[in-house]
Amino acid sequence: MLEVGVPVPRCDARAKVTGEEKYAIDHYADDLLWAGVKRAGIPHGRLVGVDVASARQLPGVHAVLTREDVRGSNRQGIMHKDQPVLAGRKVRHCGDPVALVVAEDRETLGKALDLIRVHVEPLPAVFDPEEALRSDAPSVHESGNILLQATIRAGSGEDAFEACEAVVEGAFEVPMQAHAFLETENGLAWQESDGRIVMIVSTQAPFRDRFEIAHALGIEVSAIRILAPHLGGGFGGKDGATVQCLLALAALHAGGRPVKMWWEREESFTAGYKRHPVLMRYRLGAMADGTLHALYCRLVYDTGPYAHLGGEVMALGMEHAGGPYRIPHTQIEGWCVYTNNPIGGAMRGFGVCQVSFGFERMMDRLAARLGMSRLDLRLMNAVRRGDRNCAGVTLAHSTGMVPCLEALSRHPFWVHRRGWKRRAGPFKRRGVGIAAVFNAIGYGRGLPDSAIARVELTDRGKVRVYSGVADMGQGNASAFVQIAGEILCQDAAHMELVLPDTDRTHPSGSASAGRTTYTYGNALIEACQGLRQKLLHRAALVLMLDETSGLTLLPGRVRHLPSGREVPLELLGRLFPEVDRCAMGQSIMPVTQDVPDTGREFTIGFPHALFSYAAHLACVEVDELTGRTEVLEYVAVTDGGRVVNPDGFHQQVHGGVAQGIGYALMEEVRLDEGKIGNPGLATYIIPTCLDVPDIGSIAAETVEATGPFGMKGVGEVGMNAPLPAIAGGVENAVGWSPDRSPLLAERLLERQGCYPPLKED
Amino acid sequence: MRLEFVLNGASVTVETRPDRRVVDLLREELDLTGVKEGCGAGECGACTILVDGESRLSCLMLAAQLQGCHVTTIEGLARNGCLHPVQEAFVEYGAVQCGFCTPGMVLSAVRLLDRNPEPTRDEIREGLSGNLCRCTGYVKIVDAVEAAARRLGPEAAK
Repeated sequence: MLEVGVPVPRCDARAKVTGEEKYAIDHYADDLLWAGVKRAGIPHGRLVGVDVASARQLPGVHAVLTREDVRGSNRQGIMHKDQPVLAGRKVRHCGDPVALVVAEDRETLGKALDLIRVHVEPLPAVFDPEEALRSDAPSVHESGNILLQATIRAGSGEDAFEACEAVVEGAFEVPMQAHAFLETENGLAWQESDGRIVMIVSTQAPFRDRFEIAHALGIEVSAIRILAPHLGGGFGGKDGATVQCLLALAALHAGGRPVKMWWEREESFTAGYKRHPVLMRYRLGAMADGTLHALYCRLVYDTGPYAHLGGEVMALGMEHAGGPYRIPHTQIEGWCVYTNNPIGGAMRGFGVCQVSFGFERMMDRLAARLGMSRLDLRLMNAVRRGDRNCAGVTLAHSTGMVPCLEALSRHPFWVHRRGWKRRAGPFKRRGVGIAAVFNAIGYGRGLPDSAIARVELTDRGKVRVYSGVADMGQGNASAFVQIAGEILCQDAAHMELVLPDTDRTHPSGSASAGRTTYTYGNALIEACQGLRQKLLHRAALVLMLDETSGLTLLPGRVRHLPSGREVPLELLGRLFPEVDRCAMGQSIMPVTQDVPDTGREFTIGFPHALFSYAAHLACVEVDELTGRTEVLEYVAVTDGGRVVNPDGFHQQVHGGVAQGIGYALMEEVRLDEGKIGNPGLATYIIPTCLDVPDIGSIAAETVEATGPFGMKGVGEVGMNAPLPAIAGGVENAVGWSPDRSPLLAERLLERQGCYPPLKED
Repeated sequence: MRLEFVLNGASVTVETRPDRRVVDLLREELDLTGVKEGCGAGECGACTILVDGESRLSCLMLAAQLQGCHVTTIEGLARNGCLHPVQEAFVEYGAVQCGFCTPGMVLSAVRLLDRNPEPTRDEIREGLSGNLCRCTGYVKIVDAVEAAARRLGPEAAK
């Protein structure tokens, strides 16, 4: 039986362990053509010409397309359409596409791409976002280099520092991070005889993809059908057009033949979206007893050459820049800046995991200044329901920061940390770090976070859920099946699932923002309740009952409890037409009604009403001889509301922590004049199972009254804490504060000999 | 060339270029799309297959190297609809998220348990360190392999 709150194996697990599950990349077709992209290779320049003559003459080349072949706006982008499908006049980063080749096979495709000559007149480029802000900097766009400048101010802002009895400051830097999903960007598309484009693509936003393609290529939205099978990872990197517009363009020139595009790993690095690097300056002021009083913060996000979701990423970072704490007076300034680096975009933790490093380093610094326990300082300032957060918004929903920190304070790793540290071996230093973090869920004000669910009893008596939100691996599809099973009282054998297909399922937004199970789940509950009423009513007719009371759904049947008589669902499926066997539901996530008079520069996505919270603890060991940091123990306490599937909950926490450990210790896209120096998995190192300890995961369950079965999203919050927790652990071990990530061995080794004697804490 | 080998227990003969990558041959000619490609450079382990019982990266092998070999892909692991104990444990212990690393990870685990039927958690981590997973944080994967070892244990003793 599928029940909410108990561990349930994922509905996709069996097909995935047997290799049967078909991802976008596993779709081939007869008579297949291959499409590929010629890229600029230089970071900034005027495009003088693209010589495609010899490529066109190569036998086996079906088409070579350039800017002139694009009939629509040639512009893609979720909020700001500033990114060309094929560059026409200018290239703004090394990965800019300048020509598209369609060929009979991959070998011919590769040869044709090599034959294309791109003539670019180099322009002065800008790679440092602070430099890009200067008036004499080269302009990435004619409009200048500032995508968005914004200020959040609460209370009396910076003026409040005068009253503070302790003030700490810091400057921090976090690098570009790559999603490194294992299935790189890809899709298969073809044009049907009526002109429609059908595309099977690895995407987090199938419904939005249609609009992107329609706008860029000048075709009707209704003339595009997108299917989104399970993704081989996404983490934000497949939210927004990757192959979609290029592949649709190829399909328009393929004479009805199917076309496949598959970015190789290096191309995924060069052309794909990345987590924004951020420069941060912080000042935090408190009273002598540790009560936080004032915050000033200046953030500079490097969005690369195109907006993608840069403004929204920064907005979310700014909204979280003060941490999950009560700070009555704040001033948070942000600049989101264009450069000629690779494109910044959405990634798990969406702007928040960067500032989490900043505000948690400040909390450790303040605790040291005041001689207070790091945990007590956090606990006394942690937001509670009814408080205002650093953006001045009253927290009217479940707010589990305190329970998370309290659980951590009782955890053996915290209680016994001093003894554990003393047991370090020769030439080893041990430290324990903690971090308190939060992450909004949903799109925020101004962009309705909505879903439309459909559920149906099939003519074979199965309950079928039509999911409109992609599952990139986070398990929302399984949660949908579980929720429908709970309400309709079915077991896994009686459930079916339809994955997102713009022809068969309904617009339900992107798989992002920790929103999928929350928003679609609420819509699904309504749909399932509707279907239950229908099924009980129809069963009453079949059983000749005067009323539906006494009827209950059971796996595969409806039973009349007083008499024990039953109607198989299969019979209801056969007796009634489809419209009688299906129900729909819709939902919109609530938004805050307490809208502060600040952050007016954000057109959408500010502020948020709902947040998940987490407190993490990392036990680290630094090798004095090599500078290497190892995470030996780790525990994460998470408030994600009520847990729908404990397995799925812990999976999300583990995954977020592992990516966070990578972000803390090893991951950094190395850039040299806009070119990526480590565009492969042998040089861009992500954690293996030797780099991640056994992560403990504890749920501090609050009840989110607006969430399906009381839940909130937990996909993102786990990503935000590992870097600050590990940095805190390193400081606790070696006595100096890492202000720049990742905490590479060589960076720690540079400070060798400066390690002060171990302090108790 | 005319390539003959045993694939998932059955003899196959295919006409192929000898220098074709094995991952392409399996996915595109033989429709075994359970064999995944994550990097094409032997770095991620997603394309792992078993060749004569040894785990091999099919993106680094050429077709001719399979001549006369016994090849197992993820599709050949379950027997008559019955999952291999490692597959069973992956399902039960929540070791699957996006699942793109799963076929390679499962085959590496099968090979590991073949070589070392009672591995410690550290030995499991060591044995799977050539297979990257970006979703799970590996904890539940190690749990699953430990559980599979327990289940295979009595069988192996018979």
